[in-house]
Amino acid sequence: MSVYLDYAATTPLRKEVFDCYVEHLQTLGNPSSVHSSGQLVRRALEEARESIAKSIDCNRSEVIFTAGGTESVNLAIKGLFWQRVAEDSNRKVIITAATEHHASLDPMEWLEKHEGAEILWLPVDQQGIVDLELLENYLKANSQNVALVNLMWANNETGVITDINKVVAITKPYGIPVHSDSIAAFGHIPVSFANSGLAAMSISAHKIGGPVGAGALIVSRATKLVSLIHGGGQERGMRSGTMNAPVAKAFSLAAELAVAELDHEHSRLEILRDKLVQGVKELTPLANHTAANSPRMPHNAHFTFDGCSGDSLLFLLDQQGVCVSVGSACQAGVNGPSHVLIAMGRTEREANGCIRMTLGKQSTEADVDAFLEALPKALDGALRAGLTT
Amino acid sequence: MKVLAAMSGGVDSAVAAARAVEAGHEVVGVHLALSRMPGTLRTGSRGCCTIEDSMDAQRAANVIGIPYYVWDFSERFKLEVVDDFINEYQAGRTPNPCMRCNERIKFAALLEKGLALGFDAVCTGHYASILTDDQGNLELHRSMALAKDQSYVLGVLTAEQLNHSMFPLGHTASKDLIRAEAAQRGLSVAAKPDSYDICFIPEGDTQDWLADRLGNTTGEIVDMQGTVLGQHKGAHGFTVGQRKGLQLGKPAADGKPRYVLAVDVNTNKVVVGPQQALAVVELVGNKFTWCGKAQENPEEFFAAHVQVRAHGEQVACQVAVVDGAMVIRCDEPIYGVAPGQTAVIYLGTRVLAQTTIDHTVSAVDSFSTASASIGSTLDGAV
Repeated sequence: MSVYLDYAATTPLRKEVFDCYVEHLQTLGNPSSVHSSGQLVRRALEEARESIAKSIDCNRSEVIFTAGGTESVNLAIKGLFWQRVAEDSNRKVIITAATEHHASLDPMEWLEKHEGAEILWLPVDQQGIVDLELLENYLKANSQNVALVNLMWANNETGVITDINKVVAITKPYGIPVHSDSIAAFGHIPVSFANSGLAAMSISAHKIGGPVGAGALIVSRATKLVSLIHGGGQERGMRSGTMNAPVAKAFSLAAELAVAELDHEHSRLEILRDKLVQGVKELTPLANHTAANSPRMPHNAHFTFDGCSGDSLLFLLDQQGVCVSVGSACQAGVNGPSHVLIAMGRTEREANGCIRMTLGKQSTEADVDAFLEALPKALDGALRAGLTT
Repeated sequence: MKVLAAMSGGVDSAVAAARAVEAGHEVVGVHLALSRMPGTLRTGSRGCCTIEDSMDAQRAANVIGIPYYVWDFSERFKLEVVDDFINEYQAGRTPNPCMRCNERIKFAALLEKGLALGFDAVCTGHYASILTDDQGNLELHRSMALAKDQSYVLGVLTAEQLNHSMFPLGHTASKDLIRAEAAQRGLSVAAKPDSYDICFIPEGDTQDWLADRLGNTTGEIVDMQGTVLGQHKGAHGFTVGQRKGLQLGKPAADGKPRYVLAVDVNTNKVVVGPQQALAVVELVGNKFTWCGKAQENPEEFFAAHVQVRAHGEQVACQVAVVDGAMVIRCDEPIYGVAPGQTAVIYLGTRVLAQTTIDHTVSAVDSFSTASASIGSTLDGAV
């Protein structure tokens, strides 16, 4: 039986969610059909939309279902950029930070390369905190050039939380839309779309006990964006294609459960996480606890280990049945140095020696104990291997 | 034993891993990521560095039923293999990057890491055999499938490295048998084309790739007397023994083809001449290694065979260590030997030693001494 400490990668599908998913998979009907079969499925879809709206505190019309987090983020960034440029061709600047997930970095860099976007990278300090003062100062003189601001709510690797309310407070006087990738935050810490003042927010199901292939972009009623997928005009014309009612239903239930249990899980996981962090620190002086002094996600523990490579640690822990992560893996399974740590001013050597443990609904004290028991052997081998490369 | 199977995504390494499992070893598959920016799909005859290759390796590991990981050696590969390749060409030499990769990555960086992580050996799909002599010493031998024999590129292995290496394909008579076995095992790479090209040169065009990195400085193509015959677009694009691509327009006076005899990067000159001038009778390498047990009394010349390229013929020779350098006297001339190439010494089928060629001696005195300048070019730079 393996010990799973990689909830930020994906989470187990909850039993209730699985049952709900399977039940709705068996219902015949296209939600766009006018007949009663279609209406039945449409009802399930709209129930799901209403439920998600409740979980994230938004209007039901603001929920745009997508096939996942990356799609949501792409729709937000490209869609907002094209919309803003269409309205005023001087708006070429995207303001963001280099600690963003690749789902954000890559579309932004694509826009830079192909669509004439200019990216302003806000500096990030050693604790993972984005320099919002620069944002404020930049906007004072250049707000007319800005297409959008894109900053994640919580970092998927380090768990550092950005004060999105403050970001919006800065941009609001200039009417600049802000998108926040809230995939790592939603369902784990309180997130209110209505209170945030965001133009758009991306969320995903499989990070909170829902199925893979389900996401949503929350788009405020006041916000327009250009669609990436054209067709039947579903989802406010922002995302054409037959809506996936079973997936939406499963997503909405997972969200509902996560939000309902949030307070309890937040404190429970924080205690477990702190135990893990304390345990690691007691085990070895080589451990550097990443962003220890920043506001962080309760279920995330991130370390770099001097002289070790992350993939050695991952391998040796895996050999002992403990699943951790070295960051976000790309499709070939190659983990280069973490771009997040590099953005935080860490050296390539340090950025190569990180591992991330993330806890979730099924995590127990026994999991933390098993990890702490496996770590010394892994560190021992990784240190020896570290000296060879 | 705990065995680390290096899996490129090709058929050979997949079958090698499967055989290691069948031999009762505890096997873990590992794919070496050698580029931070891998291509998506395999192109041409490159063998190992795309995401598709990595996925092929993973699928093979799944079918065999072993754990699979990708380890990032891209930084080390760039330093030890790619940069070395560029530097060698820049110095007018012709390197063998596969050899460097075996020497410094697969049986060094990977092996060292594997040993540190608790493994006993690295297993690869190379066509070569490890045998034990009557005193228990490990020896590297040519594979039974002579047409595919890769003992040459493994000539850099030392006794210690042999001790931690495993080549399960060495006793198979042909690659066809390996492909048939892969198909029978349900490995989808059974019919995957062989790889020939240098893995880190995407378009397979070494000359263009080098020109991008070393620039194109036009220079002269001269004959052995120093007469200018034409122009070239960068001396580093030429290899000793090369006949095609000289673009001299006029044929030689005797009507016979001309070959690259020397590449002088200092003067940016390419020296060409008749085939006889390519003939060398002696090769000298300042640095050499013994593959397994060293030769006894190596200061005395002994009979052996030498091979100077991966799939070249072997030539009878006399070898000795003279003043710390390995001196190889060929019984008959060999052609087109470039400094930077590796000479591998065989005793029968056994790989005895290897050295990187620093210096050659021409077979024909008159050519060696044809003129002071060319003579020094041929004798010194070649």
